[in-house]
Amino acid sequence: MAEKLFGKAMKRVEDPRFITGTGTYTDDMTLPGMAEAAMVRSPYAHARIKKIDASKALAHPGVLAVITGQEMKEAGINSIPTGWLHPGIKTPPHYPITFDKARHVGDIVAAVVAENRQIAEDAAQMVEVEYEPLPAVSLGSEALKPGAPAVHDDIPDNICFTWSIGDKEAVDKAFASAHKTVKLKLRNNRLVPNAMEPRASLAQYHKASDEYTLWTTSQNPHIHRLLIAAFIMGIPEHKLRVIAPDVGGGFGSKIYQYPEEIIVLYAAKKLGRPVKWTARRSESFVTDSHGRDHETVAEMAVDQNGKITAVRVETIANMGAYLTTFAPAVPTYLYGCLLAGPYTTPHIYCHVTAPFTHTTPVDAYRGAGRPEATYLLERLADVMAHELDMDPVEFRRKNLIPPEAFPYQTPVALQYDSGNYEAALDKALEMVGYQKLRQEQAEWRKQGRYMGIGVATYIEACGLAPSALVGSLGAQAGQWESALVRVMPTGKVEVFTGTHSHGQGHETAFAQVVADELQIPVEDVSIVHGDTGRMPYGWGSYGSRSAPTGLSAIVLATRKIVDKAKRIAAHLLEAAPEDIVHEDGKFMVKGVPDKAKTFFEIALQAHLAHNYPADLEPGLEATHFYDPKNFVYPFGTHIAVVEVDPETGRVKLLRYLSVDDCGPVINPLIAEGQVHGGIAQGLGQALLEEAVYDAEGQILSGNFLEYAIPRADDLVQIEHDHTVTPCPHNPLGIKGIGEAGTIASTAAVANAVMDALRPFGIVHLDMPYTPQKVWQAIHSARKLGQAAD
Amino acid sequence: MAEKVRIKLTVNGVVHGSEVEPRLLLVHYLREHLGLTGTHVGCDTSQCGACTVHVDGQAVKSCTMFAVQADGASVTTIEGLGSPGHLHPVQEGFWEMHGLQCGFCTPGMIMAAADLLNKNPNPSEAEIRHALEGNLCRCTGYHNIIRAVQYAAGKMAQRSAADD
Repeated sequence: MAEKLFGKAMKRVEDPRFITGTGTYTDDMTLPGMAEAAMVRSPYAHARIKKIDASKALAHPGVLAVITGQEMKEAGINSIPTGWLHPGIKTPPHYPITFDKARHVGDIVAAVVAENRQIAEDAAQMVEVEYEPLPAVSLGSEALKPGAPAVHDDIPDNICFTWSIGDKEAVDKAFASAHKTVKLKLRNNRLVPNAMEPRASLAQYHKASDEYTLWTTSQNPHIHRLLIAAFIMGIPEHKLRVIAPDVGGGFGSKIYQYPEEIIVLYAAKKLGRPVKWTARRSESFVTDSHGRDHETVAEMAVDQNGKITAVRVETIANMGAYLTTFAPAVPTYLYGCLLAGPYTTPHIYCHVTAPFTHTTPVDAYRGAGRPEATYLLERLADVMAHELDMDPVEFRRKNLIPPEAFPYQTPVALQYDSGNYEAALDKALEMVGYQKLRQEQAEWRKQGRYMGIGVATYIEACGLAPSALVGSLGAQAGQWESALVRVMPTGKVEVFTGTHSHGQGHETAFAQVVADELQIPVEDVSIVHGDTGRMPYGWGSYGSRSAPTGLSAIVLATRKIVDKAKRIAAHLLEAAPEDIVHEDGKFMVKGVPDKAKTFFEIALQAHLAHNYPADLEPGLEATHFYDPKNFVYPFGTHIAVVEVDPETGRVKLLRYLSVDDCGPVINPLIAEGQVHGGIAQGLGQALLEEAVYDAEGQILSGNFLEYAIPRADDLVQIEHDHTVTPCPHNPLGIKGIGEAGTIASTAAVANAVMDALRPFGIVHLDMPYTPQKVWQAIHSARKLGQAAD
Repeated sequence: MAEKVRIKLTVNGVVHGSEVEPRLLLVHYLREHLGLTGTHVGCDTSQCGACTVHVDGQAVKSCTMFAVQADGASVTTIEGLGSPGHLHPVQEGFWEMHGLQCGFCTPGMIMAAADLLNKNPNPSEAEIRHALEGNLCRCTGYHNIIRAVQYAAGKMAQRSAADD
């Protein structure tokens, strides 16, 4: 019997190409005759475009074309649609190149195509654009004020949509009769995704067949093909092939349909030459859809026993200048529906107002909505515990949904399928040595040292998603996933998945599972993804859906292969199909191990069909489209330990520990790696990162000199363990793990810093906790303290 | 456009003579003129380190240097460090310890780590973290990158002990 690979920490099969520099990212590609594009971008957040004079640029040697928005509109190129609609939502047009007004810094005003990128960039600076600068607004709450500059002329109040969930009356009643309530004003800082690979697109037009090929940095090539074909360019869908080759990180930012992809496709046809565009990092900062940016008032009510009776949330969620692909779903269904968290809160109400502003669009980023929900719940929990003079862990324990309560219906639409939250909490507390740590903290404080311990218990809903459910909530997309398993005559196997790996290790983890299911060597399995020309329609990777949804489809397809193989074996072995067992890598007659056929023998016969069942089709391949019955619900507990230096305001991470439950773990190496990265992002948001805009809509942290993403010496080695609570409704019981780290860690680090600052009487600060902010808070608190003395 | 300049340099053991614009950065020379696309461009402010190569044995961010400044130099890129079957211990460490996810920062990270181990064969965790702080990774949280470098240090120590 071959070794079972599920659960094995296998080294990744994709790594040899990456560690030797032989991966193929979009910008690595060069095609014969390729031209390159550079964008002319608005330096203003809001300006009327009065005139564009491209004559100097066009006269520059090597320039092939200067493309304007007017030209593309006249050529029939449409606006880029959003993929999620709420009742009453305003969906103003988002043309690939704007022609009337620029609505955020970086909005594309023209595109220059030239013999190479250097020439295109030189010429882009020669395009003379006459702007009439207009007043701009960058903060969501400012955009809602009467008289604020309108981002879109026909939406004078800037309101894209409002949304609510929960029973407001019941919540208000619970607050009115509460034993205690707490209220926090929270700003969830805006983040810039910053996948290490900048976005890039390369388009080729094949004149003879009127077909296009687009290589692009995408998490979901089929979505691009559908949007471009059906909505934006009117290319027949079968005439457009979208390929996402090696992609250097996505984190949500490479889900969306961006203007540049349309521009290179248009230019490739116009010029009859392949056209490539690659973002500079400074372009990424102003054009990759951002994350978070909430202004929230969050309240919690408890009874005299410390049980949460209600949570009330009012959020302003900044949409930026345009709606990108999933934007409307993020501060709503991925946020408001998560506000029960792991707790038994009976009454929850959340109201969201989503304004347009003159900033880069905001959409799903690493955790998408769920980190925001977890952050506010966990901040409320800590503040409430302090109000009640309870240990924050005990407050949480009292309110966790008990294991016997599943399936658990929350008051905000979701039905949690399974969970054992206290088990994860206990494990984390034991690992960190919680009681001892609290004693140590008390000792430190006597010495004037400020240790903070931050706990976050979390759940997430991921594995997007039951199609009919998301459809009823406004998704303009299905959320099932596809798999095609193709067995070759030699018994080697290609598996085509509609999900996309841009760092998640699908080529390894998926192959492990396929090898187990088919009982063949893992070396005989290739996982293929990212090419609309090769695999059935699929919805791509985001929302931690690849394993629970994509791999479930693969497993069910491999089981079809096994069923068919049994029928072929039965014929060859002259037995009844129900008497054939699949064991030790062979198909054998039950109880007669000598009467057996190997996978190879069956694969070969399936292709020869010389000695074959009369009622069976030749060939050995199977497709499965898997539509999940529910989301999956990973959970866990994270604990951060920090020290704050009151003299400098510097926060130092001392320890970080996570216990996560993603069900059975396919490859611990990969799963833990996903958690580590997510934790770094959470720490980044809590301590370092913020897209800062000035009142005129200029981004003040628009490159890596000004926007700090975590570096190696900002982190520590992470202590990690897991519990295993299988998902009851998919074939392997697996749940997603891609976003868990980020969802919990922002809150854990924030709580740790606030815990350290408690002795100063500081209840809440908004992230990021930069030394300056922390020092100022301590300084003001000390002054206040002195005044009181 | 400025007049082109003739340069001659050794890249991964092969001598190349080229005519380049004076403003051409070394990283673009490597990627676009020599087709060595393993060296990546991740930013435009010399912060991310994805373009790290070795110039005359020293780690250099190849976006901070003009190609003409490498005239006469010996450059090693990720493609020249080791290949499948003949991996450098740092490459091996990244593979063994899952020191990479999307792989984009990886070549620069490996070149920076190899430079560290050339100078300090037995670095502490803090020294590794400090040495790599000019190389950004958004996927791994650096946890397994640290383990990868520690693995490589152990492997190189074993090899040099065996050589003695």
